[in-house]
Amino acid sequence: MITLKNIVKSFEDKVVLQDVSSMFQPGLTNLIIGQSGSGKTVLMKCIVGLLTPEQGQVLYDDRNLVTMTKRERTLLRREMGMIFQSAALFDSMTVMQNVMFPLDMFSSESAHRRAERALYCLDRVGLSNATQKFPGEISGGMQKRVAIARAIALKPRFLFCDEPNSGLDPKTSAVIDELISDLTHELGTTTIINTHDMNSVHTIGEHILFLRHGKNDWEGSMKDIEDTASQALKEFINPQMAHH
Amino acid sequence: MFIHTFLVSLGRYLQLMGRALSKPERWRVYGRQYVTEMAALGVDSIGIVLLISFFIGAVICIQIKLNIQSAWMPLWVSGYVTREIMLLEFSSSIMCLILSGKVGSNIASELGTMRTTQQIDALEIMGVNSAAYLILPKVAGLVTMIPLLVVFSTASGIIGAYATAYIGGIITPSDLTAGLQHDFTAWFFWMGVIKSLFFAFIISSVSAFFGYTVQGGSVEVGRASTNAVVSSSMLILFSDLFLTKLLS
Repeated sequence: MITLKNIVKSFEDKVVLQDVSSMFQPGLTNLIIGQSGSGKTVLMKCIVGLLTPEQGQVLYDDRNLVTMTKRERTLLRREMGMIFQSAALFDSMTVMQNVMFPLDMFSSESAHRRAERALYCLDRVGLSNATQKFPGEISGGMQKRVAIARAIALKPRFLFCDEPNSGLDPKTSAVIDELISDLTHELGTTTIINTHDMNSVHTIGEHILFLRHGKNDWEGSMKDIEDTASQALKEFINPQMAHH
Repeated sequence: MFIHTFLVSLGRYLQLMGRALSKPERWRVYGRQYVTEMAALGVDSIGIVLLISFFIGAVICIQIKLNIQSAWMPLWVSGYVTREIMLLEFSSSIMCLILSGKVGSNIASELGTMRTTQQIDALEIMGVNSAAYLILPKVAGLVTMIPLLVVFSTASGIIGAYATAYIGGIITPSDLTAGLQHDFTAWFFWMGVIKSLFFAFIISSVSAFFGYTVQGGSVEVGRASTNAVVSSSMLILFSDLFLTKLLS
């Protein structure tokens, strides 16, 4: 479980996150939604530790990421998997080498077992036939699937996805959403997805946090969203309403 | 303002080197990367080093013979001067200046692109010390390969000088050989090697610093690449001055 308590983050004099609190349960797909510039990416970076908030706590179970030592943070990060907006595959490595990388770095198992695990992960995302290809030789959707395989290679407890559908067509987006949702339930990970794709919200959103101007404007389940009192959220999920 | 910027950059550079030169998480993975970098930065530079050194060796020999040598000088002076220039300056300092253009821009643009495409963030999220994983093998790889490049450069320069003797007929091979062998001081060779080790560290670490700390997009990557070459060239020139005084 990940708990955010009163997160504040600013850049020089611009406050980007104002007192954001929330709780993300394991085994659920937790979505952070909001318009561009609402602070979604900054919040995600604060959660994974790429940025440090000025105030507040980021609790992984009971461990506060903000006050951790470098060593503790490094160990915690081995429990994390992340899928970046740009997939962020290592372009000098093949698909297989990309998935093998975290295993080679941190797994103490034999080379044979590591290769087996990498092949299992690639098979799980339907890419067992592309092992020897380089990232530049495969489509954007396939790159995202390789990124998912790499993220789950070390059986993470926390999975983060930053705009996983960015740049993908609706059909491929649906495949990626389904894959992330299935893996979340299968592995019991605490999954946080940063998105502004409403299809994702409708299909895989189990717990949704709506950010507006850097504040927690609304949060709840997909069912609750229909009855929300937040005008801003209504307009976000149905832009047509803004004109009526 | 300039001093402030310089001190801030120096501080950041030292911090990055502190992270980069730390104990690897997994020696096996770093070892593989080290071999890759030796090939990419060292072996792939052999061609350009041989080519440039060959022509420079030939040109020095011709220049000395035609423009400097006179009747009161011994016949071996062209060979002697060619050897000394190649050993003392060209094969270490000038060759490293040339390599700072090729290798330095390569390192800066590679790391800069990895930064802008979030590959470095991906390493950090995995719990990998990205500075050590990306920079340490490059520094170690280039420092390992540079003495070899110095030897190749000197040898190629001398072959170039012989080409002027055998093909151009500028000087007789026996005069050239006499000059190359005259009053040989082995320390001059080691001086070149020692200097090149410092220069290799400068090229790889300074270029890595500019690439690793890129913020922005492709324009910034290009700017970082240029800054890496300019800064490492300047530092090579300054340190050449001190090292030459120190080692002579």
